[in-house]
Amino acid sequence: MFNLTPEEWAAVALSLRIALVATIVALPFGIAVAWVLARKDFWGKALLDGVVHLPLVLPPVVTGYLLLIWFGRRGPVGGFLDSTFGIVFSFRWTGAALACGIMAFPLLVRAIRLSFEAIDRRLEDAASTLGAGRFWMFVTVTLPLALPGIIAGMVLCFAKALGEFGATITFVSNIPGETQTISAAIYTLTQVPGGDAAAMRLVIVAVVIALAALVASEWFARRAGMRYHGD
Amino acid sequence: MLCVDVEKKLGEFALTAKFETAGGVTALFGPSGSGKTSIVNMIAGLVTPDRGRIALGDAVLFDSAARINVPPHRRRIGYVFQEGRLFPHLTVAQNLDYGRWMSALPADTAERERIVALLDIGHLLSRRPGKLSGGERQRVAFGRALLMKPRLLLLDEPLASLDRVRKLEILPYLARLRDEAEVPMIYVSHQAGEIVKLASQVVRIEDGAVLATGGLELLDAEGAQ
Repeated sequence: MFNLTPEEWAAVALSLRIALVATIVALPFGIAVAWVLARKDFWGKALLDGVVHLPLVLPPVVTGYLLLIWFGRRGPVGGFLDSTFGIVFSFRWTGAALACGIMAFPLLVRAIRLSFEAIDRRLEDAASTLGAGRFWMFVTVTLPLALPGIIAGMVLCFAKALGEFGATITFVSNIPGETQTISAAIYTLTQVPGGDAAAMRLVIVAVVIALAALVASEWFARRAGMRYHGD
Repeated sequence: MLCVDVEKKLGEFALTAKFETAGGVTALFGPSGSGKTSIVNMIAGLVTPDRGRIALGDAVLFDSAARINVPPHRRRIGYVFQEGRLFPHLTVAQNLDYGRWMSALPADTAERERIVALLDIGHLLSRRPGKLSGGERQRVAFGRALLMKPRLLLLDEPLASLDRVRKLEILPYLARLRDEAEVPMIYVSHQAGEIVKLASQVVRIEDGAVLATGGLELLDAEGAQ
């Protein structure tokens, strides 16, 4: 049952890599956007909020297609990145990570924003009277207090990135070894005769990974929460 | 020493405060809602006055005419809040050292040991604030504010969240701080009983204005409990 073929292993490893890279790269942007949305009032805030949440409500195919237009080698952003930095997204695993990161971004921002909003601002005042400027206050008080929310957001982001299908397949296609994730591989296997057993193996792997991520996040969040109430 | 002359409008409430202190412990005395906390917040820099001037010795902290407004983290003014406001994610020891780290002060082990002993919090150092009693928490808050070597210490009803027994337990520590720490203090309270034990000067505040400035005799005036 659990003898995955090399192609299946490749899909699993690729999915993990894509989801991990998407989560890690999205994190600093997610923290920055969440902080701005939680703490700042400015003209166009509703617009920023809307744009961030757009991937959540748009059909994934639309997001994928927009990415193809913008980040393809001939797209305005993709062409610039290719000629200036040699970074290519289209039909590469990096493109899959980009698509997954963007699709998961709203979930990441939402969780972190809520935890920023829940922080007792009076603790930040206390930090400033003790000599902490804005940067150090953020690093030593705001971020640690938001940690449970940040972990929850990262796990949601990772899980979403792991399962992303529509935008990814539209943007970077379904190339074994390069852009074929677990989801895409399962989809392919269900389209060919006799692929059921292999599809089922990958389904089990997907379930195990998702469960492990949930358990790990629960454990981290509880540890972080425990520190607030003393140990 | 401290020279305050500020105006601030907070919604419908207009606050005008003008007074000077001569060092030692000065009490801001008045009923709840009279604007005492707003005044200390302006001294600390957490609230910006609409107009006026705040100076500590030769250092101007705020001057609306000269467009000076030193941010709170550069004022070196210690602040003990009513509810302690210890950092829940740090241990007591880390809370105590926080001000020193942030102000980039050199480690002063002797001073730290002296204050830890003075406040009798040596046995709490490895705990987190969540596991402390109200009285222990306030003692740590005193220590945290003192260890940043403040030029002035603001105490905003530091005993208000404690019951009678705990209050009586903390008062002697405060008296020791006054006698040994040699930092001028502003002590906010509506309890004449606490002020008598600690302060030498009194600024009486009522309805957002300074009613009188003087000695402990101001405490007997009616209107405050």
